[in-house]
Amino acid sequence: MTRVVHKFTRNVPIWQPRVTPVNLSDASPEQLDALQVTPSNTKVSDYVLVLAHDPETLKVRSPLFNAIMYDPGGMSRAERELGAIGASIVNRCVYCAAVHADRHAKLERSTEVTDKIFVSGADADLSPRDKAILNFAIKLSQCPPEAGDEDMGALRAAGLSDDEILDLVLSAALFGWANRLMHVLGDPVRQEVTA
Amino acid sequence: MSGELFDMTAIAASGVTETSPAGAAVLRREKVMRQTQAAEDAVLAPEKPGAWSASVRAAFAVRIARLNGNDALAEHYADRITDDTASPLADPANDGSAQGLAAVVAFMDKVAAHTREVRAEDIDALKSAGIADADIVRLAELNAFLAYQIRLIAGLKLMQGAK
Repeated sequence: MTRVVHKFTRNVPIWQPRVTPVNLSDASPEQLDALQVTPSNTKVSDYVLVLAHDPETLKVRSPLFNAIMYDPGGMSRAERELGAIGASIVNRCVYCAAVHADRHAKLERSTEVTDKIFVSGADADLSPRDKAILNFAIKLSQCPPEAGDEDMGALRAAGLSDDEILDLVLSAALFGWANRLMHVLGDPVRQEVTA
Repeated sequence: MSGELFDMTAIAASGVTETSPAGAAVLRREKVMRQTQAAEDAVLAPEKPGAWSASVRAAFAVRIARLNGNDALAEHYADRITDDTASPLADPANDGSAQGLAAVVAFMDKVAAHTREVRAEDIDALKSAGIADADIVRLAELNAFLAYQIRLIAGLKLMQGAK
């Protein structure tokens, strides 16, 4: 039995697809190419196998995702995770929030910031810099986006450079995308242990 | 070379100029900007579009840009609707019934504007309407890419505006 997780957690749930994933043994050459399946890399998650239904998009999305979250320069890795978490809170993507809160905690070697965010959301009592970053990510993630000149001013007042601000825009915006796949195409679940 | 970079949809729609501080930051993330444009091409005009023609995709892009109050982007995508039967889908006031796409339109609006409220039932509704799994994923990717592009534009616009 499985139970859907509705509350934010750092304990990463299992992602259970709502549509049938592509069966790897039936995958087309185009799908295999997008999945980057090689003889040494045959482990593919259900999430990626679901996205393989649209291989043209998957093929361009994976390198874009990696560039925004991992390329050197600009904003720190942990602060990019904060951008991702801000979006995931707005869109209530419990799975994305768990994965990226876990990454943030590991990068920072502390769960303090993400603990506060999970308890208080946008009102979390954070350092001025983290607060400006989280607030901007949360406002940018609304529909329509609500971030304004004052929020941009708060980022600059907190010491963010243009390069860092662009990386924040990119990471928060990217999770507008990721949340709409993860939260829409599947459920975050836990296995119920039955005696 | 870089002039062409500044003609890419997200950068052009934001008004970021090459000589501004925001433009300098964009140039330092040139790879990401080019990948963003490649994603637009894959999502809006794929070689294998499944159930959703380029015109239907463009109409949904206009609709989602409008739901987000981004008129410049809506105009950009409106030019790509070449099939008049898709045009009514671009109007957020049209529920898609007349096009036989009521379930699809309801899904797209909810995913774009009320993401947090999407439930398993919303996917079930598409399946009940006869939409194949691959076409459900295509709808989600189209919607999700636009969420990204619209927020990138909104952020770039703020960067360019705040001197």
